[in-house]
Amino acid sequence: MKAIINIGLKKGVLDSAGKAAHHTLDTVGFKEIVKDVRIGKQIVMELNCSNEADAKDEATKMCEQLLANTVIEDYDITIEA
Amino acid sequence: MKVSVLQFPGTNCEYDTKYAFEKLGAEVVIVWHEETTLPEGTTLVVAPGGFSYGDYLRSGALAKFAPIMDAVKTYAANGGKVLGICNGFQILTETGLLPGALKRNDNLHFISKHHHLKVVNNENSFLQELEIGEIVNIPVAHHDGNFFIENDGLEELQKNGQILLQYCNEKGENQVLNGSVEQIAGVCNKEKNVFGLMPHPERAMEMLLGCDDGVKMLQGLLK
Repeated sequence: MKAIINIGLKKGVLDSAGKAAHHTLDTVGFKEIVKDVRIGKQIVMELNCSNEADAKDEATKMCEQLLANTVIEDYDITIEA
Repeated sequence: MKVSVLQFPGTNCEYDTKYAFEKLGAEVVIVWHEETTLPEGTTLVVAPGGFSYGDYLRSGALAKFAPIMDAVKTYAANGGKVLGICNGFQILTETGLLPGALKRNDNLHFISKHHHLKVVNNENSFLQELEIGEIVNIPVAHHDGNFFIENDGLEELQKNGQILLQYCNEKGENQVLNGSVEQIAGVCNKEKNVFGLMPHPERAMEMLLGCDDGVKMLQGLLK
């Protein structure tokens, strides 16, 4: 099983890097197109799990304990067979 | 007084911290992260500055699972005094010993300079030697020092006198440095035995190096 985890700053927490990238996209001609930019990180893991539900449970535990800091970050997990 | 200074792979302020507390008359032991107990008779634990585990994942995130941290958590739970400076502050928030989190500076720069700080609360062993409103000038050197906490958490900090220091100008007026909520530079836990700050008092111990305001900050912890 493969877990694809996207981690980013929560809504309402200023994403300075996203804001800076947005500003630069504006200046190079995408001003009319880009509405918002958020920058986060993606963690891809191969898991030794036999079904999707177990894989999701384990990945959730990993996010809560280590991979995300839930004071400032949200995470989203996608499991692929 | 025996001060135990933690050392993780990537820590780089442990010897400055040792020098600072020895200058104040304490015995100082550097404790490697793979140890599972603190030296007997420890009266203060310091998590010093640096880049533990290369700041991989998030600053301080990997250090929270170092073997020595269980002993530090038990020590703090039993009322022992713990101080986190810079990366040490990040480690203590990641560990949950201190509230909030430290984000990338709003301007995305690594900020390294002297900065004024204002004492907000002194009813704690760390700042007992200083007056409320007193201004100290202490070096800051960080990339991830932007203190964040939700509004409810901030109200708790204010109500319980947990805000220790705020960034200010030389007149004591709050000044934005890195985007921290309420310009917070340091906080403590509710029980007032765990302290964290981004600035480096251990680098302000000698007039020869420009300022010795760190002396009156650190000596409170030895009383």
